[in-house]
Amino acid sequence: MAYDYDKSLRPGKLPHIWCPGCGHGIVMKGLIRAMDTCELDRKNTAIVSGIGCASRISGYIDACTLHTAHGRAAAFATGVKMAKPEMNVIVVGGDGDGTAIGGNHFIHACRRNIDMTYVIMNNFIYGMTGGQFSPCTPTGDKASTTVYGNPDPVFDISKLAIGAGATFVARTTAFHATQIDKLIAEGIKHKGMSIIEVIDDCPTTYGRRNQFRSVIDMMKRLKDMAVPVAAAAKMTAEQLDGKMLTGVLHKEVRPEYTEQYAKIIDLAKSA
Amino acid sequence: MAKKVALLQGNDACAQGALYAGCMFFGGYPITPSTEIAEVLSIELPKRGGKFIQMEDEIGAMASVIGASLAGSKSLTASSGPGVSLKQELIGYACIAEIPCVIINVMRGGPSTGMPTGPGQSDVQQARWGTHGDHATIAVAPASVQEIFSETVRAFNLAEKYRMPVQVLYDEIVGHMRERIEFPEAGELEVIDRTAPTDSPEDYKPFDASKSDVPPLAAFGSDYKFHVTGLNKAADGFPTTKAELVDAEERRQISKVEKPEARADIESNEEYLTDDAEVVIFAYGSTSRSARYAVNELRKEGIKAGLFRPITLWPFPENRIAELAKQVKAIVVAEMNLGQMLLEVERVAKGTCATPFIGRVDGEPINPGQLIAQVKEAL
Amino acid sequence: MTKRYEIRFSGAGGQGLITAGIILAEAASIVEGKYAVQSQSYGPEARGGASKSEVIISDSPIDYPKATVVDACLAMTQEAADKYANGIKDGGVLLLDSDFVKNEPKGNFKTYKFPITRTAKEEVGREIVANVVALGAMIALTDVVARESGEKAVLAKVPEAFLDLNKKAYSTGYDKVKDLLK
Repeated sequence: MAYDYDKSLRPGKLPHIWCPGCGHGIVMKGLIRAMDTCELDRKNTAIVSGIGCASRISGYIDACTLHTAHGRAAAFATGVKMAKPEMNVIVVGGDGDGTAIGGNHFIHACRRNIDMTYVIMNNFIYGMTGGQFSPCTPTGDKASTTVYGNPDPVFDISKLAIGAGATFVARTTAFHATQIDKLIAEGIKHKGMSIIEVIDDCPTTYGRRNQFRSVIDMMKRLKDMAVPVAAAAKMTAEQLDGKMLTGVLHKEVRPEYTEQYAKIIDLAKSA
Repeated sequence: MAKKVALLQGNDACAQGALYAGCMFFGGYPITPSTEIAEVLSIELPKRGGKFIQMEDEIGAMASVIGASLAGSKSLTASSGPGVSLKQELIGYACIAEIPCVIINVMRGGPSTGMPTGPGQSDVQQARWGTHGDHATIAVAPASVQEIFSETVRAFNLAEKYRMPVQVLYDEIVGHMRERIEFPEAGELEVIDRTAPTDSPEDYKPFDASKSDVPPLAAFGSDYKFHVTGLNKAADGFPTTKAELVDAEERRQISKVEKPEARADIESNEEYLTDDAEVVIFAYGSTSRSARYAVNELRKEGIKAGLFRPITLWPFPENRIAELAKQVKAIVVAEMNLGQMLLEVERVAKGTCATPFIGRVDGEPINPGQLIAQVKEAL
Repeated sequence: MTKRYEIRFSGAGGQGLITAGIILAEAASIVEGKYAVQSQSYGPEARGGASKSEVIISDSPIDYPKATVVDACLAMTQEAADKYANGIKDGGVLLLDSDFVKNEPKGNFKTYKFPITRTAKEEVGREIVANVVALGAMIALTDVVARESGEKAVLAKVPEAFLDLNKKAYSTGYDKVKDLLK
């Protein structure tokens, strides 16, 4: 029997805005499955997003949804979580939204280790505005603002998250559809800041400028690039060149922010 | 029982007023000369189960405030010039998404870093037009420590009642000086809480203006699931580009503040000896204190001077100013900027009286002597 | 005409003169029910260098909240005296710490002096209460609030363990000046 996504989707809001071949729909379905796995009460779940194609997920899933301003999702989400720590808070967005204009909010949310799950769809490009390079566009690649090749070095989102203090960091790709929901579910269950980086594809604004003939080519690349963490341990540096580790990259236990603040409240009340 | 009194700094009174109004969330970022508000609330909020967070930047602070408000908490941020400039993006968000919140701006000199420890009143037009797009504005300008308390309470009330951001603007002089304050007892000042939706969660539309032009706002984490966006949206909260819906929403959000009944509710002015005045000084915040001093001195000399002090800066008290313009020879506008509210006075007076101006941007307050000289010149 | 009285406390940052100003404003407005406004220097100015705290006291509401021409000024250091002892009105008073202010500011005001900081250290026992000695002295010099009101405000401000020390500091400063005025 086909999986019932409709119960989680808002009636009348589809079709979505995404182009044919875009991976965001795959990620959204993974998120819905993960929410089901974790039995999240959608009345008690906030889905917060910024601006961009990926951020439109908040309009489709039936929950308390907050489509904020460009880059600001993590900061809005922090306010929601602080005011109502009992809510499940999920952030969705893209690479430009999360690591360029929203980079400061992203790293500080990681540092605080506030309990939320941030699904960041990295398709290497600003899609909605027509394909300008992002901090995640590979050096040398083409974008509408790097027609001579991208001169910029690249952010590794997962490493950035680990460095900033996120306590659960995982990566997968839009090709690995069944891993998406498993990792998001693990992130939701994790107490603290969980970053799930999903390497995604944008055939319209990235693929066609960078010699991908079809969506299938892009998907194949995602498949080829991905190396599970366990497998990578047995590979040489040479073999790992150009590859991307997938699976749970980092997991640790550290005090969660709203729990820490609850202690502040206890201290203040007893003072 | 005697009322509780204290010698309190303006910024401290602001924090106390916020607590009185039921503020349960503060998101901020350190900046002179507003930081004392954050310091006091970092101590006081957790005592009552409220939340204080120092965010990574001013934008994040504003974002957290909107998020917390949407989750049902009365929310506050406080900043000053450069910080308020950064917040403009999300003040606009709070306008279009109609999220109640209060923004304190302790005004210093500017532009840019300007004079962090000097007073200014040069953010009054920013309060009106700082964020892009058409929108209504409510901004109030207290002039004493006691009034900072009561206007902060009123700002929360207006934010909740009109479902929008409300700005409290006072200059560094009033923010940092200490005066005696009588703490109102519980119930003495009106405290307005957010109107809860009456529609069932299934029927709830967050922007349905069919019953009221201020639709009730449900809270995240209650039984209501709904969507909030910064895009132009329809009554159900979802984005739309339908011309007639966009137009109606924009106009409703402005008229909810600017229609006559709302203006009458929101506007608050103080008039001092204006009944028989031949010249009126228009001044707000700490400048109005110099103006009152000047008016008293001028009256001693037999000069019929008066003071018009807008406590609500926005919406601008245009009806009353238009009346006064017909009565007096001149409205002397005095403010610590180079002519911002002056533009409004001129717009409304339409040349029916003279509108001489005194402005200062040197970090020093406008003193009574300057005002006395200007009034005499105007007559 | 209602009486408006302006007092300026000046010295080095960290000497507690802002606190002295606040206590005087509390004595006037909380203890005696008059009107008072206290303001102070802020920013880098308030850390090291010369720092000031101003109090305006009046029988009626205080409109203009900044000092205009001060009736009385305290200067604990030479720098403060050079910077802030101007603008004392004709017939006003200036109190100096005689150990630290060697070049006396000149003007149409009366100058009084005694070694304020040394008095705190040697007669009261702790240099840290020099600000309270100075406060007692300024109240004695100006009579802007009653002796008891000032003491009450001081005692309301300080931690219990330091009540006696501050009480002694206050009355020592007060008596020193009353002796000078004899």
